[in-house]
Amino acid sequence: MQPIHLAWVDYTILISYVVFVVGIGWALSRYMKSSADFLTSSHSIPTWVTGLAFISAKLGALELVGMAASGAKYGIATAHFYWVGAIPAMIFLAVFMMPFYYGSKARSVPEYLQMRFNKPVMGLNAIGFAVMTVFASGISMNALAKLLNQLLGWNYHFALFVCSGVVLIYVLKGGLTSAIYTEVLQFFMIVLGFAPVVYLALKDVGGWSAMTTKLHAVAQNPMALDLNTKAFAPDAWTSAWKPLLGGPSANPMGVDVFAIVFGLGFVLSFGYWCTNFLVVQRAMAAKNMTAARNTPIVAAIPKMLFPALVILPGMLAVALTAMPDKDYRIPPPIIAPENYAKAVDVIKNTNPPNPTAEIKDVSGALGQKVNADKITALITANAATKLSDDQIKEGVYNAVAAYDYDSVIFSLVKKYCPAGLLGLALTALLASFMSGMAGNVTAFNTVWTYNLYQAFFVPNKSDGHYFWMAKFITVVGIGLSILCAYFARQYNNAMDIIQLVFGFVNAPVFATFLFGMFWKRTTSIGAFCGLLGGILGSTLFHAFTFAHGNLPGVKGGYLGMKIEFPSEMAQNFWLAAFAFTVCFVLTLVISLATSRTKTDEQLKGLVYSLTPKIVDHDVPVWQRPAVVGTVLLAACVILNFIFW
Amino acid sequence: MGLDIRWPIGLMFTLIGVLLIGYGAVEYAASMRLGMNINLIWGVVLLVFGVLMLLGAARGRKTPPPA
Repeated sequence: MQPIHLAWVDYTILISYVVFVVGIGWALSRYMKSSADFLTSSHSIPTWVTGLAFISAKLGALELVGMAASGAKYGIATAHFYWVGAIPAMIFLAVFMMPFYYGSKARSVPEYLQMRFNKPVMGLNAIGFAVMTVFASGISMNALAKLLNQLLGWNYHFALFVCSGVVLIYVLKGGLTSAIYTEVLQFFMIVLGFAPVVYLALKDVGGWSAMTTKLHAVAQNPMALDLNTKAFAPDAWTSAWKPLLGGPSANPMGVDVFAIVFGLGFVLSFGYWCTNFLVVQRAMAAKNMTAARNTPIVAAIPKMLFPALVILPGMLAVALTAMPDKDYRIPPPIIAPENYAKAVDVIKNTNPPNPTAEIKDVSGALGQKVNADKITALITANAATKLSDDQIKEGVYNAVAAYDYDSVIFSLVKKYCPAGLLGLALTALLASFMSGMAGNVTAFNTVWTYNLYQAFFVPNKSDGHYFWMAKFITVVGIGLSILCAYFARQYNNAMDIIQLVFGFVNAPVFATFLFGMFWKRTTSIGAFCGLLGGILGSTLFHAFTFAHGNLPGVKGGYLGMKIEFPSEMAQNFWLAAFAFTVCFVLTLVISLATSRTKTDEQLKGLVYSLTPKIVDHDVPVWQRPAVVGTVLLAACVILNFIFW
Repeated sequence: MGLDIRWPIGLMFTLIGVLLIGYGAVEYAASMRLGMNINLIWGVVLLVFGVLMLLGAARGRKTPPPA
């Protein structure tokens, strides 16, 4: 894609956003008087704010980009990441788990593990989490700087340091509250910035039914667009469940129902939404127990509808690509201008009728596969009437038979946004990248200060000391994120490796919490061994499995290609299911074999059966988590049936 | 915390709404997409949203919640 030129109005919107977030940090700085104010917001934030921050912390720009990409690649089945992979877990967190997080007065999720078990279990979880947050914010900032470089032509280093600097200022001034407030601001930016893009694209395609008709045709012959190498049933892109029921080979995701329901819907989703401190921290900042429990409930409502905003654009992009008169294609991977020039030369110097060798030359010059028919047509057209270099280049661009799915969302923004709206959409993107970094940094500084520094290294100091440390580590955290951004930029595989490590650390952890909260017999040794075993188990699982089409290496199979999965997604889901099972079984068996070290009295407020049930008769019905949660779950089931 | 988040949200979207309306009116032709002046239309939506947020914040200030 060509760099986009911004008008003054776009820059004004961009700059005013930055002024506002810095202003929020500055306005909050006078309320920051203790480490608790800075790191936990001292339980002072209203529910709707924590609720929106709860989803916003996850709705980073990477999700926006990734979901649109998956929408194009896999169609509406991507919505399972929301309807199966988020809503049930969020409601479970609200109804069953939040009472223990909030009620135990733990200052973080790892701290709950310390109260329930002991320091080593907490340490294992805290270290894994701290490393993950730093890498996550590094990846996010690398993506942002790269994007500003490609899209606007900004210098990579300049973009990286300016954006990190803005985040540093507002987090350092206003702490967690600042991060939460800007997440809410970002939520509205994303929704209001992207809604018009989706609306215009949908209108251009001709409405919902025109889109599905087009996608039916695409699904039956995705080879024509080089979207896939085999044909599917007509509804492969437009039905959420039917293609999955036919098994891994009947849907473009290459997964089956079990992998979706158990791997994604249970292990990955509960592991993320119920135990990841990054999101749970938002609920813990709420002003009372009811508000804390309602935080994920409030979040679930927009979350359920997000597919319309983030997945639909991907599907629309496929439909538009299939409509020749719309002058749109999902952009090809970035190819250097000199390679285009070489390809144009090849075409100029070729005569029909038999251009097989030349097609190879064009493909070689570009370093990408090309659509032979389109190149042949281009050569024929050029022979008939001499085309200009630009026309040939456009023809070559359109003939590249590969897609850079991650640029789907930007290409739509570019196509449909005039100056003005463009500034709004770009600011929304920038906002979500920056708040992604802020969210990770605020979770990192809390875990470091309370769960590592205070717990293991320097206990029993004054609060002033920890307040100072919290601010200091915020600066360090941003510095480390910048280093990780450069690391991710340096190595193409960095992203894959990091995602992989996330998987190893995250997958088993839900089993530990499940046992800890709901079975008083669980022992500390059992929990520790289970967690460690789960992490090692997932590493081993990965070492012996690989996905179809991948070579042994970063993506698995480095100790032997024993089991093959039809797709990487299937491999990930099964890995999660395996890690969970290992952790589950080990924790269970070892707990039974060892004796408890904590009495029932000590576990009160930490374990379900030993904690008095919450009585919420004085709370209005529409604010009771169990009631509203059930209604939302029902709504979610209905959504699944509508798009069955 | 002492700052009502509705103030900055309201102020920001009011500002962006006014900017888009102004730009849509001045650069009328350039703002057209699929037969609509999308800057003008969306500017109005943002302005309404911003003003509603500000009204909410103003009402919240009159009746402070029991602290």
